[in-house]
Amino acid sequence: MNVKRLRKASWIIFFVTPGLLIVGIFILLPLFMSLYNSLFSWNQLIPVQFIGLENFKRLFTGYPYNIRFFNALRNNLIWFLTTMVVQNSLGLLFGYLLSRNIPGYQAFKRIFFIPVLFSIIAVGFLWGLYLKPTGLVNNFLAVIGLDSWRHAWLGEERFATLSIILVNIWRWVGFPSLVFLAAIDNVPRECIEAAHLDGVGEWRMFWRIIFPLIIPSITIIVVLTVIGSLNVFEQIYTMTGLDGGPNYSTDTIGTLFYRTAFGSVDAGSPEIGIGSAIGVVIYLLTFLISLISILSGREKEVQL
Amino acid sequence: MKRYLMLVIVCLAAVSALSATGTTEAPSTSAPAKVELNFWTWRPEDVAFYNKQIGLFEAANPDIHVVQTALKNTEYNTILAAALAGGSGPDVFQGRAYGGLATFADSHYLEPLEQWLPELKNYSAAALLGATSPTDGKIYGSPAVSQTVFMFYNKAIYKKLGLSIPKSWNEMLANFEATKKAGYIPLANGAMEGWTLETMLGGMGPAFYGANTFYNAVVKGEKTFQDPAFIKAIEKMQSLGVYMPDMYMGVSYEDMRAYFFNEVAAHMIGGSYEAAYFKAQNPSLDFDVFAIPGEDPTKPAYVSVYADMNFAMNAATKNKDASVKFLRFLSSKEFGNAMISELKMISSVPGVNASSDPFIARVLELQKNSTPFIFLVGFRYQQPTGSSLWQAAAQGVMAGKLTPAEAAKQVQDGIASYYKPFQK
Repeated sequence: MNVKRLRKASWIIFFVTPGLLIVGIFILLPLFMSLYNSLFSWNQLIPVQFIGLENFKRLFTGYPYNIRFFNALRNNLIWFLTTMVVQNSLGLLFGYLLSRNIPGYQAFKRIFFIPVLFSIIAVGFLWGLYLKPTGLVNNFLAVIGLDSWRHAWLGEERFATLSIILVNIWRWVGFPSLVFLAAIDNVPRECIEAAHLDGVGEWRMFWRIIFPLIIPSITIIVVLTVIGSLNVFEQIYTMTGLDGGPNYSTDTIGTLFYRTAFGSVDAGSPEIGIGSAIGVVIYLLTFLISLISILSGREKEVQL
Repeated sequence: MKRYLMLVIVCLAAVSALSATGTTEAPSTSAPAKVELNFWTWRPEDVAFYNKQIGLFEAANPDIHVVQTALKNTEYNTILAAALAGGSGPDVFQGRAYGGLATFADSHYLEPLEQWLPELKNYSAAALLGATSPTDGKIYGSPAVSQTVFMFYNKAIYKKLGLSIPKSWNEMLANFEATKKAGYIPLANGAMEGWTLETMLGGMGPAFYGANTFYNAVVKGEKTFQDPAFIKAIEKMQSLGVYMPDMYMGVSYEDMRAYFFNEVAAHMIGGSYEAAYFKAQNPSLDFDVFAIPGEDPTKPAYVSVYADMNFAMNAATKNKDASVKFLRFLSSKEFGNAMISELKMISSVPGVNASSDPFIARVLELQKNSTPFIFLVGFRYQQPTGSSLWQAAAQGVMAGKLTPAEAAKQVQDGIASYYKPFQK
């Protein structure tokens, strides 16, 4: 009996250990290392002295970190709001239209999803070319007679962040569309047929029957949007660079973290202590906001 | 069976972990009596060059064997720091300049070199500045390479339009107008990346803010970046916007270089490191450089110069004498000449012969009226660096979001947050 139990336990250990090791070494260890690093003052790459929470204090109150940090956080918030409103509403609309079997929906389903499969770096690089002053977008605007609408999309502070967000929405909108499509397809036919028999219109049926039943999917998309918006990095890195230019208008806490912790070759030396502090803050923010989204989503869930 | 499986997995993991540790690029086959020196560089593209030079050195010093290791540029600092901290660093290595040098010097990883290489006093003050730690004023590197910032111009376009090198700012603007009329972009520079604006100020700024006089005063804290002369330099830079490409805020570094080497633009403010790239991209491009003049044609025009690489010695090396011999070789005129003729780099060794490369000869001639590349040389030792402050503020100015005075204030306030001479 004991031998059997031991055998079972060793099998469990055998299957769990690799995953646990990977999570431990690549996720938990760096997390605690950055927490540890954030508690020291650094002379470039060498930890000098234990200083407690001094790095966090400097991040939130010391110039220029306080301005840069809240500027970056504000941009992350813009990312979240724009993505929630534009991308996820479009996703819901597309998902709903596809579920109504509009003509050619099979083709649309695939077309919407293709950009999701593209490499984020390739998308950033190519759209970076399209958005140049002499790029595709401006040339198109000139051709259709909207000359005055031409802009340096990635070079002007008021357009840069929004341009990058729209590119990212173009890339990613297929994902929420497909998730919502699957969720809507899973709504029991009887409910919809019963509603039809009762003469409920399309609009009311969506808000009263379909929407409450797909809340679990909405929660997942909201949580993914939160995490995605807090971890924006590659899009900025490929389209406007590590400095979040022009004049920090596209800076996010991801690029700020990288620049501070590892230094930007063109502008400054690394500050590992403060960089690690930013890393810890990003983790805490992601964790807390995701938790809140999940809990508030769970409250609204409806069981049939 | 299961136990064997586990054993195999453990063995595989151990083997892969062991095989993942680093390898050096040059084989180390030395006779036991020889002194072995480890030499590190961040230039994998120059391994063959250094091997050849090491061969020359070893022929003259048969008792020394040099092993070269080339590391990736972007990872060099981190690996070097870890090796030096662990006591296993190289004996002689390529070192960064200014703030990058201070990092290692202030951690006591570098050997002060004046006592070993008295000939260092023959180097230009500008070159030595890049090898000196501001903390203790000692020289920690033998200066190897410098970069110069100035105006590139297209000689063919100048010839076609009958233009000549301008002697004053207004003459330069007249040249800009002439090239504009002929359908060229007068000035290729863009503003999408902040650092290209730092280069731009390095090219056109010194004539207005007062080159070395202002530099020395501002470093000592006798003047600030809110000095009217510095604000005027920013105003002049802003005024060049009308000659830059359409929507220059979106014009990237790659774009501006392409405008110049494709002969769409007639001028570009840039660094001497561009020349090799231009030649590679368009071998038929006929270009030269000039120092950008100020308003008074009788006053000299200045270029901004900065040191880019030093050769340094590990303070903890057990082979100091052999290391000094090798450093002396790397500081020789012969080695400097080889850097010019084979690597097309602007050697900092005094008295090198640049006749093999007319462009480098021209750069060395322009360096006679040079001033430090202000934010890199003077203010890149602490965060927020002068460079990062100016790069962002300059984008604000070029976009019309900041006035030159506001930009100057941002730079001044940022540096004053840590720079003692500004806090008096």
